[in-house]
Amino acid sequence: MKQKGLFDVISPIMIGPSSSHTAGAIRLGLMARAIYNNSINCVEFTLYNSFAQTGKGHGTDKGLLAGILGHRVDDVKTKNIFSIADIEYVFNYKEDLSRHPNSVDIKINNEMMISGDSIGAGEIKITSINGFSVNLAGQYHTILLMYKDKPGMISQVSKIIQDKSINIASFHCDRDGKGGTASMYFALDAEPVDSIINDIKRIDDVYFVTKVRKLD
Amino acid sequence: MNILTFEELVNECNTRNKLIHEVIQDIEASDNDINVDEVRQKVKIHIETMKSTIKIGMTSSEKAISNWCGDDCEKLQVRYSHHRALFGKLFEKIITYSLATIEENLRMGKVVACPTAGSCGIVPAVIIAVSEDYNYDEDTQINALITAGAIGAIISNKVQLAGAVAGCQAECGVAAAMCAGALTQMLGGDISQILNAVALAMKNLLGLTCDPVCGLVEVPCVKRNPILAIHAVTSSELALAGIESKIPLDEVIDAVRQTGQLMSPMLKESSLAGLATTKTALELKEKIFG
Repeated sequence: MKQKGLFDVISPIMIGPSSSHTAGAIRLGLMARAIYNNSINCVEFTLYNSFAQTGKGHGTDKGLLAGILGHRVDDVKTKNIFSIADIEYVFNYKEDLSRHPNSVDIKINNEMMISGDSIGAGEIKITSINGFSVNLAGQYHTILLMYKDKPGMISQVSKIIQDKSINIASFHCDRDGKGGTASMYFALDAEPVDSIINDIKRIDDVYFVTKVRKLD
Repeated sequence: MNILTFEELVNECNTRNKLIHEVIQDIEASDNDINVDEVRQKVKIHIETMKSTIKIGMTSSEKAISNWCGDDCEKLQVRYSHHRALFGKLFEKIITYSLATIEENLRMGKVVACPTAGSCGIVPAVIIAVSEDYNYDEDTQINALITAGAIGAIISNKVQLAGAVAGCQAECGVAAAMCAGALTQMLGGDISQILNAVALAMKNLLGLTCDPVCGLVEVPCVKRNPILAIHAVTSSELALAGIESKIPLDEVIDAVRQTGQLMSPMLKESSLAGLATTKTALELKEKIFG
């Protein structure tokens, strides 16, 4: 476990009232926005369990929408986000006890489904993207890609990262079946330059690649 | 920050011959590849945000989204406009600043979580009110907030600072402990007095439940903030007199952790017992959420 620092305790500077239900919600929205990394026209949020039951009283719905629109956790505009949001949005509320108490599915432009949990004290975890399990907490700059499962992909991608002398803090991959669609992500100690993303894009059978900046 | 216990903190201070905030700001700088001035600048922004939250909170009586809490700070100020508090003006200021901060939190205003949003009105109320009355400069306030953060960070090595994990002892309880230590430092206490203040504050909040009505950060969180701000001051006064916690601080924190583990999940932010399931609470829940 990462040792807590001064600003893990005296922080974040945030919009109230709850670090898990408000700041966490905003950060989940911000992460989803960073992962999608394209213009957003419509979003469908499905809130689960405690997020669904007490979310309204905590502004969880406002926080999720504010995050999707790129507002930071300390942006006072969050309070009135419904009157300034210029995208289509809908909220569903469900109970599913197999999910984390503070959990949400975020469907963007009907083409990407991102799920995440708010795990306490404003910290969050993106748990799946389009059905692939991931574990992104926003603590590192991350490169995320989807590709055809075949030999040699990991070494090709890691070589591109290594050529820029960026240290890899952690790495994970998953696939829906042998030879099927696979996902891979690298947590990095430095922000990757755009040329890394472009080089990865040029590898055969890479369907999708994006970089997700770490959350402030 | 690679200091896991308060004993290690004392050793580190002694080895380097430095005060708590000096040791911590050095470590924070080296952990993040920045210089000490940049660390202090960041803390300064937090202090400024705390001050602005107090200012805004004192002039608002807007209710929370639940239309339930939010006008208590106004009531307090009305009383103090024609009555003096029993313990004088500084006491008035501390509880007023505390309510102003926590009420800004519930109306979706900007606050500094310290350590959490539901406990954000304890540390700033005391540091800022005392600094105003004793003319403590900005550097003294920055030193105090760094010390408060260090205390919270060391506690969090053993106790996750979340009501769902260890009850309110880990939120408002830890905030009061951080506050007691920071105040003791501001008033000139030495490291032993600082740690005793933390121990005394923490020890007397063991087992504090987190049973928020309707699951909202409103009841009992709002009033708990000013009440525990004064609890922190009491702990600090005792410690400054050289009164010691017979149980050393690290052992007190072990007790916080064990108590948190033994507390029923029904009393840890699930709103399944305690205040949250009283008759009135359930009626309010029906009214707010239907």
